[in-house]
Formats: sequence, structure tokens, C-alpha cells
Amino acid sequence: MRVRVLVRLKPGILDVQGAAVQRALLGLGFGDVRELRVGKLIEVEVEAGAAEAARARVDEMCRKLLANPILEDYTIETVEGERLAPH
Amino acid sequence: MRLGVVGFPGTWSYCDFHYVISEVVRQPVRYVWHRDRDLADLDCVVLPGGFSYGDYLRAGAVAGKSPVVEALGDFAARGGFVLGSCNGFQILCEGGLLPGALMRNECLQYRCQSTSLLVENVDTPFTRGMPPGQVLTMPISHGEGKHYADPETLRTLKARRQVVFRYATADGQVVRAANPNGSVENIAGVVNEGGNVLGLMPHPERAAETAMGGTDGLLLFQSLLGTLVEDGTFLRR
Repeated sequence: MRVRVLVRLKPGILDVQGAAVQRALLGLGFGDVRELRVGKLIEVEVEAGAAEAARARVDEMCRKLLANPILEDYTIETVEGERLAPH
Repeated sequence: MRLGVVGFPGTWSYCDFHYVISEVVRQPVRYVWHRDRDLADLDCVVLPGGFSYGDYLRAGAVAGKSPVVEALGDFAARGGFVLGSCNGFQILCEGGLLPGALMRNECLQYRCQSTSLLVENVDTPFTRGMPPGQVLTMPISHGEGKHYADPETLRTLKARRQVVFRYATADGQVVRAANPNGSVENIAGVVNEGGNVLGLMPHPERAAETAMGGTDGLLLFQSLLGTLVEDGTFLRR
């Protein structure tokens, strides 16, 4: 089962990387960017019979390692029908 | 008494710590590998700076869940002393031994420079040899040293005097201009509630001989040794 985890800084926590990227875009003529935040995408292929079981397992991984609950929120989605990377 | 210096793949300051403990303060010391869980012969464990496991995912995140750091939980609960510097501080926060987290420097630059540190609490086992109001000079070398704690945690930290070091000017003024990384309220080092686990971003091991440009870091080692001597730990070994 393929699972996609999106890890983001919590709202209200200053994202200096995002601010730097936004400034760079401004320099490239994208003055219409109102806000930009940088997050992390983690793709996991996990052995599980059902989507719910896979999500529960990955949720456990997030709480133990993949996200830092002091700084970050995360969302988990299962992905149908595509491989994470070509083998 | 005996000290241990932990090495992870990617640690860089472990030889420096080992050198200062064995050659400068002249105490028994051994290396501890990141897979070791047996710390029974040690009174103090040092987590040095570097880039443990490449700092992949987040600085100190993977090391924070390693066998040796899991064992440190019990070690600290039994009263053992733990000192984490730089990456060691990040690891202690990621491992849940210290409150808060360390984030990317607000300036986005890697900062390698000398800093002045105001010692806010001289009643910890690591700072007891210092007079109140002492300002120490120690180098920092990090890209992710901005300490962050949510407002509630921050209030608790201050109420319990767990903030030990703050970035300051050379005359001890805690001001924004003296803050190299954007750390909340200029926090440079904190202790746990029990006072036996200290984390700080600066490098005391790089300010321990005149040839290094300063010896203020020695005060931390000497304070700790004084603590170990006074509580009789050294007599038991």
C-alpha cells in the first residue's frame, strides 16, 4: 500500500525558508505571491492488507519519527495505482 | 567517576570532547557507540556536535530515537548527568529529554562565530562554579540552533529556572542584536526539570585551552566535576 505524508510547519510558526523562496520569486517577477510555506513530502510503501491499516501504521511512524509534534502538523493519504518510484 | 562521549555516524566533536576530558581536565573517559545501551559504568554521558546520521529528516531526529538515546532516558531518570552540545542539544530535544525543538536559523545562514552567553542559572550541576551574572565566551557552529518552545512550555521553563544560558552582549545585555540564530528569548541552553540534563548550542569543548582562543568552556567541565566529587560519585568508582 502506498501512502503519502505531507509534513508542514504549524500555522503561526515562522517559516524562514518559505519567506526566502517568496523573496526569490518576487525577484523573478512573481509579486503576486501572497504567502509561501515550504513543507516536506514523504512517500512510504508499506505492507498492509487495507488502506485503513496502512494509514494507522504510517500515523504511528509520524508520531514516532517522521514529524516533530512541537513544530509540525502532518496529513496522511493513501495513493492508488501508482508506484512511488520506478524500479 | 567516568565520563562517556557518544559517537554517531556523522558526529564531529567527539574527539574534541574526549581530548578535553582526558587531557585538559584529566578524568577517565571512554567512547560510547550509538548502538550501545550499557551505560552502567558512566556518571556523565556527553552528546557532542556534528551531523548525526547526516541530520536527515530533521537535525537530531534519527539520533533522537537511537539505542543509546533510548538508554539515556533511564540513565537520566536514575540521576546520571547528560550534556548535549550543538547536535547533542538537538538530539536531546528530539529524543524528548529536553523541552522544545531546534529550528533553522532565522537568518538562514550557517553561523560559525564566537558568542557571549549570560549564565542565567548558576545553581545547576553544570554551572555551579560560576558567579551570578557571569558572561562566558564560547563559539557556536550550526545552521539549526533556533530554540523554539510553545508559550506555555516557555512560561514553565522560565518559572522553573530551566533556561541556563542566553545569548548576550559581552557585558551581559540580552538583546536582539546579540542573538545569532533567532532563538526565542535568546535561549542558548536549557536543563531538564531534574537539572541533570543540559543542552546548549555553543561548544564548551572548543573553549577549553588558551590555544583554542579561550577557556570559558572549562568552567562547565569543572562545575560538573565539582558536582560529581561533592555527591560522592567519584568515590564509588
